Amino acid sequence: MPIPQSPVRPSQPFIPQPWRDRQLELVLGNLLRWGVLLSAAIVFSGACVYLSRHAHEPADYHIFRGEPSEFRTIRGVIQSVRNGRGRGLIQLGLLLLIATPIARVSFSIVGFSIERDYLYVSFTVIVLLVLLYSFLGTGIGQ
Amino acid sequence: MTILTFTAVVLMVSFIAGLLGSLTGLGGGVVLVPLLTILFHVDIRYAIGASLVSVIATSSGAAAAYVREGFSNIRIGMFLEIATTFGALLGAFLATWIPTTALAIIFGAVLLYSAYLSRKPRPEAQRNLPPDPLATRLRLNGSFPDHQSKRHYNVQNVPTGFGLMFGAGALSGLLGIGSGAVKVLAMDQAMRIPFKVSTTTSNFMIGVTAAASAGVYLSRGYVDPGLAMPVMLGVLGGSLLGSRILVKAETKSLRLVFSAVILVLGLQMLYKGFWGKI
Repeated sequence: MPIPQSPVRPSQPFIPQPWRDRQLELVLGNLLRWGVLLSAAIVFSGACVYLSRHAHEPADYHIFRGEPSEFRTIRGVIQSVRNGRGRGLIQLGLLLLIATPIARVSFSIVGFSIERDYLYVSFTVIVLLVLLYSFLGTGIGQ
Repeated sequence: MTILTFTAVVLMVSFIAGLLGSLTGLGGGVVLVPLLTILFHVDIRYAIGASLVSVIATSSGAAAAYVREGFSNIRIGMFLEIATTFGALLGAFLATWIPTTALAIIFGAVLLYSAYLSRKPRPEAQRNLPPDPLATRLRLNGSFPDHQSKRHYNVQNVPTGFGLMFGAGALSGLLGIGSGAVKVLAMDQAMRIPFKVSTTTSNFMIGVTAAASAGVYLSRGYVDPGLAMPVMLGVLGGSLLGSRILVKAETKSLRLVFSAVILVLGLQMLYKGFWGKI
């Protein structure tokens, strides 16, 4: 049975260009995947260091203590990596992971600007500001 | 349990959760927090922090594959991300002062609702809906490939969908999950977006939404590297494998098993929450 097609409506003032959208999205999708794989590789190497040192200590996550500041701020994490700590390296990988969606949103602003879709440029800027606030404004950036 | 055995077991469980979540389309994140708290006696706040990180990994890792299929709608995604990111920020701040027993009860309710939704047959998509003026102005209407031709769709009820997405974002920030169930409610039921478009677009949004609350969790010390490491690597590995093997014949029984698991975990979380055993 043929699938009924909805007619193209001439009343639509703006028709998004799916081809360009898709091209942009493909680039962004690949960017995200490489970001995730890189962060997974960093987390894995951190895991090797961490496990080689602490494998036989007891694991205890039953009581919540909160992480020390070296795992809660960008500066602390970098210092921890410099000191050769495995968990610092894991945390660095996780920071990179959180940054991948932020990178995607930033590149979307560029994409919408090229398409001269300023409504969506402004929407994307709002989303980016929320993300940046969460990433830098909550104390990690200290 | 030593750190080595703990890491190995959590890695394995997360791998299976990621694999099943990806094969059934129900998402692995939703079972992780209850599994970590019930089986491994992990404090729910650590569990939520680790789960949130793994949610970003699966969403971002699968994005390229979804785009290639040509179903996702970047404008719907970006517009609704305004709602989900604000919601996620609110949820993450709420999570820092809500008692853990209340978190467990909310989590249990979300699990039960997800189990119910996964068994409910999807309503047949309505075609040829009239264009909604607001959706048209926001350029949300689109098309997708369907049997060698293109099918257009007109998005409906934008304000309702936007409001529900704010709720989905808040739940995601509160519980560290992708909250796919609420997104289905908003995008499929309210906005009448075709199933494939809504699932692939929502996968995109999950990563951005989770990133909005991850910063709050990290800065509050909820993300423990020793716990997040096996969870993130396991879920990512499982979901990447799951997106490669498409066992279509098995999916139906897999879905049944997985929704039964979600149901049992939901009841357990409610029990733990109400009896203060979390």
